[in-house]
Amino acid sequence: MSRIAATFSHLQQQRKKALIPFITAGDPEPSMTVEIMHALCNSGADIIELGVPFSDPMADGPTIQRSSERALKHGIGLKQIFELVAEFRKSNQNTPVVLMGYANPIEALGYQKFIELAEVSGVDGVLVVDYPPEESVELAKHLERHHIDPIYLLSPTTTEARIGQVANLSRGYVYYVSLKGVTGAKHLDLSDVEKKLLQIRSHTKLPVGVGFGVRDAQTAKAVAKLADAVVVGSRIVEEVENSARQEVLSRVSALVKELRQAIDQR
Amino acid sequence: MKMYDLPDDSGHFGIYGGVFVAETLIHALDELRQAYQRYRNDPEFQAELAYELKHYVGRPSPIYHAKRLSSKFGGAQILLKREDLNHTGAHKINNTVGQALLARRMGKPRVIAETGAGMHGVAAATVAARYGMECVVYMGSEDIKRQSTNVYRMKLLGASVVPVESGSKTLKDALNEAMRDWVTHVENTFYIIGSVAGPHPYPMMVRDFQSVIGREAKTQMLEMFGRQPDALIACVGGGSNAIGLFYPYIDDQNVRFIGVEAGGMGIATGKHAATLCVGKPGVLHGSRTYLMQDEKGQIQETHSISAGLDYPGVGPEHAWLKDSGRAEYVSVTDDEALQAFHDLCHLEGIIPALECAHALAYAAKIAPQMGKDKLLLVNLSGRGDKDMNTVANLSGIKF
Repeated sequence: MSRIAATFSHLQQQRKKALIPFITAGDPEPSMTVEIMHALCNSGADIIELGVPFSDPMADGPTIQRSSERALKHGIGLKQIFELVAEFRKSNQNTPVVLMGYANPIEALGYQKFIELAEVSGVDGVLVVDYPPEESVELAKHLERHHIDPIYLLSPTTTEARIGQVANLSRGYVYYVSLKGVTGAKHLDLSDVEKKLLQIRSHTKLPVGVGFGVRDAQTAKAVAKLADAVVVGSRIVEEVENSARQEVLSRVSALVKELRQAIDQR
Repeated sequence: MKMYDLPDDSGHFGIYGGVFVAETLIHALDELRQAYQRYRNDPEFQAELAYELKHYVGRPSPIYHAKRLSSKFGGAQILLKREDLNHTGAHKINNTVGQALLARRMGKPRVIAETGAGMHGVAAATVAARYGMECVVYMGSEDIKRQSTNVYRMKLLGASVVPVESGSKTLKDALNEAMRDWVTHVENTFYIIGSVAGPHPYPMMVRDFQSVIGREAKTQMLEMFGRQPDALIACVGGGSNAIGLFYPYIDDQNVRFIGVEAGGMGIATGKHAATLCVGKPGVLHGSRTYLMQDEKGQIQETHSISAGLDYPGVGPEHAWLKDSGRAEYVSVTDDEALQAFHDLCHLEGIIPALECAHALAYAAKIAPQMGKDKLLLVNLSGRGDKDMNTVANLSGIKF
């Protein structure tokens, strides 16, 4: 069983929902990434989505755009990110790490090399925003062969017919983008999310994570009632951005603890 | 011989093209593909498009034999396809009229566009005014500084111009921002992409709308010279004017295609936008194509004297035409383009846009090596009024 599947099955036994924070690798600087990852785990994160910064993040709002720019100033690339994951794995063998990013850094490295390095460093899942299933069947199969879960997005505009196709190719969990817009937007509509999740669940037994637009504990709590996992990105990245270096860990931890409490309290 | 029939059903030109977008846009692109499929062969749509191109845009644009320029080079005859004479002063409007007619039929009251030099932004704002649609144009804040006149033109036409402050603050960032807008307002908004770039069906659709250039040229060449040209020369940024001229000739194997990229300060300096000449394949803005990128796959900033060529990608069909050997791609420097700009002003009384001055500069290089009976058809894709500030500044003149 993959680390992601094991995590969800363990949570299910405890009747708990997963908390998945997102941070950008290398933000505010590469030397802090592993420490932040450990802090996320110690504060209640079940899975970590680690953003691979890209110069042209088309699906991201201003907060994650700025975090990518901060990280790229340090010249961070996929190879260094794999080293960071390997370092994290030295002291944490349980928490799944999902790389989330855009196609071109993977294209530049090459599929084979990307998958090899991902497997060796201990990456558990890969979510590439601009590789829809149509353009990544081959990559998804390669990933699976190397025990890495290909994770795909579903959106409010995904048609019923397509939900099945996308879910079929997904492993680990599917990620429902809760709104029409970019990351960090502010208008998640819970009743829309509820309706769409029913539709999604009729097509797949995979756990469903919900993200984009989860900006506070209250929303996280409400989303946790509907979904199997709550993904929080921009709000955490904002905390990294607005903290002095020596306070990043404590402030991010405090926020994740608050989110943890909110989603456990039902 | 098999006729050229790309892209395939999934929008690929060989390994290039495709639909590399976030899930939220898949449905919108499906809708667009279906609508375009329906109307591209609809006689009523085509009749309305033809009417608009004739009476609003002012087509057909003439072919002009630049005799004084040709005799200066002492070789091949240089012919100019005068897209600069179109309404709004460039080829861009051929495409915006087509996409606006489609937007209307799809019931989208709001259009958005990205722009670099501002020519596509002006062409989009123009058709939005013409058809009574709301228009928002995204433009890098660096480009806004370089092209203030076009910003004012768009505002006069009723469009909102949104400055883009992210990344390099140029065309590629404007495209990112337009995509973000589209994701957010996908129900009521039509995204008018200005080049043969972006996800399928854009590269095909924009090519089809721009192909009026080459179709007219084929008829006009026969009327004027009784034969087709030996080579077609066009500048390539995203590549829409080049594809528009090339495409109708694609099965005419004896007509050479030459795309001219922006060599900026010289390829060796790294300050250029010669994507096909020195870039590598990758994925950006919805398609797989050649890109200017570093070894980690980050997109690089480009440089060109002409804002319209200052783009780190290129249309996927050009990537295919390069690899298949059907077209050649070369580059000329800022200085060579400027020389060609001044030559055309002095010898023919035509002020060209700096973009197509690149095509002229390459014609100047090869014409002397060719016989006087050879015919080079250069796409004069736009007029140079927008470049007055840039050219004057280089001569130390301030208005």
